[in-house]
Amino acid sequence: MRDFVERALNVAQLHGAAYADVRVEEHHVQSVSTKNGMVDALLDEESQGFGVRALADGAWGFAASAVLTMAEIERVAEMAVAIARASSLAKRTDVDLAPVTVEHGSYRTPVQIDPFSISLESKIALLLQADAAMRAVPGLAIAEGSLQCLRSVKTFASTAGSYLEQEIVETGAGIVATAVGDGEVQQRSYPNSFGRHQGTAGWEIVETMDLVANAPRIAEQAMALLSAPECEPDVTTVIIDPTQVALQVHESCGHAVELDRVLGMEAAYAGTSFLTPDRLGMRYGSEHVNVVADATVAQGLGTFGWDDEGVPAAVTPLIRSGEFVDYLTSRETASRFGKPSNGTMRAESWSRLPLIRMTNINLLPGPWRFENLIADTDRGLYVETNRSWSIDDRRLNFQFGTEIAWEIVGGKLGRMVRNPSYAGITPEFWNSCDAICSEWQMWGVTNCGKGQPSQSMHVGHGAAAARFRNVRVGIA
Amino acid sequence: MLGEVQLRQLTERALGASSADETEVLVIADESALTRFANSAIHQNVFESGIEIRVRAVLGTRIGVATTNSTDERALREVVERAVVSARLAPETPDFRSLPGPQPIPQAATFSGATAVYTPERRARDVKAVCDEAISNGLEASGAWSMSQSEVAVANSRGVWAFNARTHASFKTVIMGPTSSGYAERDGLDATAIDVGAAGREAIDKAVRSRDPIAIEPGDYTVVLEPYAVGTMLDYFGGIGLGALAVQEGRSFMNDHFGERLLGPNVTLWDDGLDPRGAPMPFDFEGVPKQRVTFFEKGVARDVVYDSYTAGRENRHSTGHGLPAPNSWGPVPLNMFLGEGDASRDDLVRGVERGLWVTRFHYVNVVHPTKAILTGMTRDGTFLIERGEITRPVHNLRFTQSVLEALSCVEAIGRDAMMLQDEWSGTHVPALRISRFSFSSATEF
Repeated sequence: MRDFVERALNVAQLHGAAYADVRVEEHHVQSVSTKNGMVDALLDEESQGFGVRALADGAWGFAASAVLTMAEIERVAEMAVAIARASSLAKRTDVDLAPVTVEHGSYRTPVQIDPFSISLESKIALLLQADAAMRAVPGLAIAEGSLQCLRSVKTFASTAGSYLEQEIVETGAGIVATAVGDGEVQQRSYPNSFGRHQGTAGWEIVETMDLVANAPRIAEQAMALLSAPECEPDVTTVIIDPTQVALQVHESCGHAVELDRVLGMEAAYAGTSFLTPDRLGMRYGSEHVNVVADATVAQGLGTFGWDDEGVPAAVTPLIRSGEFVDYLTSRETASRFGKPSNGTMRAESWSRLPLIRMTNINLLPGPWRFENLIADTDRGLYVETNRSWSIDDRRLNFQFGTEIAWEIVGGKLGRMVRNPSYAGITPEFWNSCDAICSEWQMWGVTNCGKGQPSQSMHVGHGAAAARFRNVRVGIA
Repeated sequence: MLGEVQLRQLTERALGASSADETEVLVIADESALTRFANSAIHQNVFESGIEIRVRAVLGTRIGVATTNSTDERALREVVERAVVSARLAPETPDFRSLPGPQPIPQAATFSGATAVYTPERRARDVKAVCDEAISNGLEASGAWSMSQSEVAVANSRGVWAFNARTHASFKTVIMGPTSSGYAERDGLDATAIDVGAAGREAIDKAVRSRDPIAIEPGDYTVVLEPYAVGTMLDYFGGIGLGALAVQEGRSFMNDHFGERLLGPNVTLWDDGLDPRGAPMPFDFEGVPKQRVTFFEKGVARDVVYDSYTAGRENRHSTGHGLPAPNSWGPVPLNMFLGEGDASRDDLVRGVERGLWVTRFHYVNVVHPTKAILTGMTRDGTFLIERGEITRPVHNLRFTQSVLEALSCVEAIGRDAMMLQDEWSGTHVPALRISRFSFSSATEF
């Protein structure tokens, strides 16, 4: 492997690259999904290839191929440099890279039970058992379950002298109950929306979920939602469950602090950000709000040894006691501020260019016990599990729908309501946060989209339930 | 790229290695290049080549699927074996009938040699011209100029053989000023037929005209939606309710309404994978030829699209809308057409006492599937219409609106349609004037 990657770097330099790096990756993904007592999908995917990124004439080029031969890596490395030279035809300034330390080493996701060591029969049996438990609830229309195990082996080398090997393992699972009737479709998911919860971990993460025990509960809730009253329009106190807080952080904070977005590099697709450099130091949220980017936390989907520029995993405060203090950066973007990269460049696969991606963007826990927070709330709404999400291209105006909500009356959870939604403007919303709970855990988002060509990234969010005042609810 | 002969040999080798009762081999090979620009300069510029071999093995009604991106003999044998092993472990799928049988594959013009040889230098010069024009107008250009060539081959043990070579070129740009932005997009199979300069000028004009927008109250407005906005709305509409699986599971707005008028009598919506005005693809990912399917005829709900699995459940034929196996989404329309009307651009705004002109939507999502309620933002050029004329740019708004209701009150339909294409789907749509469209909140930009 070392000969292979060194050849790529040599060829790139021989053709004039001022800097080059190469990633060789192998991916193995096993997916199982069930629906109504049957296996809906049984998929075993393998992919391998490499990508070369070259900086020549002050501009970037990238080329990738699945053919792992010396001849091909020479061809592709040369092509990356040629593309960089073409890029330079429409440059305004030369790309400058922040300094990076030369890194050598290896990293492996800590895993107690290798998820690929669990038999496929056992995985199918687990999902079908949960499926049966959901369908035991009379009237349920659709019971679904899904599991995913992923192993990614990556070698990175750069002309800066780094040579790194990483093995990332992810495991995830989840169940969904769907009830249908009278023009309504109501869904409940466990432990998270989007089909499953996932983390950098082994099979042990699935064992902690206890899918079967939770199956009847979500099926009953889905059925009950069919006849529950609608969430009425109001401006009220909202307590948000940890999984939805995770997505709220993702959309209104995580994307907003990506420095490439801030600098306009994503303007044509996902948009820009209201957190422009002149806003550093602004009051983003209340004093209860502390957000960090932490690529080292256990089980986070953004946990690794080094990013795809060879920068070591880091912990970076982003929001400190409500004050906006830092961005997610790359070598290129950080250099514009005279700072080193904080290590957030990742690519979806060997075939894609690394971009600034969320690592684990975590809302730090507060002092409240969840039951005490409910008891402390006289009137409001408790919303749980994301159903829909949308935010504008500067990350200000958002609207979320959740699967379920309960009214809070006199410090107690009351009636269940269906089709709940809430909306707000990012800084106003986070400044209305007056309590964060202590029951905190990592949550995984497996469908974070960014870039052209589009890249879907797995990112993590540590979150706990939190309370927000004067929130508009019941929009649709 | 490998070409039809090599791909046929490759699929035959894989089929020959299978011990399953039925086997399907889907191969997608592609080369794609994308030049991305922002702040009026190229900042990302990529090329990738890849191949995926996807094997679906069937043992009775047990099904397993495996993929690889390696074409050597050992990898081919292993991917077939992994699919067979998965099938052996899978429970029965009682509703599964069989893999599709062979049918004649229609011809469709899908490939442009000019696209296949378009160079990064030429893309860079195209981009630079747009950037220079933006700068000369005091604006900044961003966007992507991409092109790809792909080969799709489907073979199965029942005798299916389908091969298609296709190209796609797409230029998209957002031109921005301190208080404004504009958008333009052009898609097609021939990169040399795409007028990048015209797209740039369209977006620049929009960015100039949308400077210094005024605040506007959210609420119900008459709107004129440009094709970009209509296309996005229909893509979601088709995804949530115009496939057979959604209907079979009771999740579609079409349920219990076939034969009823759900949309306005001036709205006809269909899917046609062979119409050269769209992004033609003669067969689906199961090797079944594409059929034209009418969803709404003069507003009346007619039909939805099927793949072989959902068709088998109803003892009817697939309409050629299957996705690669395993497919939990069910069949989806990938070539939607909304029938054009006779309204010119002036006709669309004439008669609007007070309304909004919407260039495009951003970050759209489904709020309620059976009511087809979507939410999302306006972006890159939203204008006030007063007394039949576009008068002022306005701040962007969030809409929360049922597509069913919107398409029930279409007052006028543009006579010129645009084809808007993603990698595998093309939507051919005109502009629409809709008498009532709900905006639930506003921004300050």
